[in-house]
Amino acid sequence: MVTIEFLGPIQKAPLTLEATSLRDVAEALKNDSEMAQWLESCAVAVNDALVASLDTPLENGDKVSLLPPVCGG
Amino acid sequence: MLELYDGALNVPEILSRWYGEESSNNYGAYIPFVGTVRAEDGIEGLSFDVYEPILTSWFEAWVSKAAPLGATLRMAHSRGDVMVHESSYIAAVFSPKRRVALEMIEAFVEDFKASAPIWKYDLKNGQRIYARDRSTPIEGSGLLGRRE
Repeated sequence: MVTIEFLGPIQKAPLTLEATSLRDVAEALKNDSEMAQWLESCAVAVNDALVASLDTPLENGDKVSLLPPVCGG
Repeated sequence: MLELYDGALNVPEILSRWYGEESSNNYGAYIPFVGTVRAEDGIEGLSFDVYEPILTSWFEAWVSKAAPLGATLRMAHSRGDVMVHESSYIAAVFSPKRRVALEMIEAFVEDFKASAPIWKYDLKNGQRIYARDRSTPIEGSGLLGRRE
């Protein structure tokens, strides 16, 4: 199982799901109507490192974080 | 060094302390940038969420970039509410000569705005409203929404 956490303004509790790569996470979230407005604009981190490929492998216990658009300062 | 505070920054204390801590390290230039909340659009203040693990690794990457140039970076940011005319952000570069610090403060602050995992909210009429229109997707965003 991997944990999906939603950062900042995404008002959503963490999810756990079975996934062997980010592709599985993408498929699961595309079917989630709450997430539709966020997927196009979120960056993704696995275990707190930003990633750039849907082929990023996931292992049991991994944490996937979704980071919506930022504005510090 | 990265410092996070609950609420507004104590700007005089932070700037003075950084100055004192670096004053004997032979830097010729100390260039701070202070971000202060302005009264506009009827806001009472701003509020911030910070995701510390990725903010720390982003900051450490900048420290590594600064080191070969002989420069040192400092940054302080608020979490939670910061009211109008209070300050939420300080970045500073110390360098042997001014040119490195002047160029780095601009590049650092711009990358901070585009990449640092911090979310801003307007405090207005007792509500906390995500400043979506003023926010920037981090480079590489949209991965999970890609159509294949």
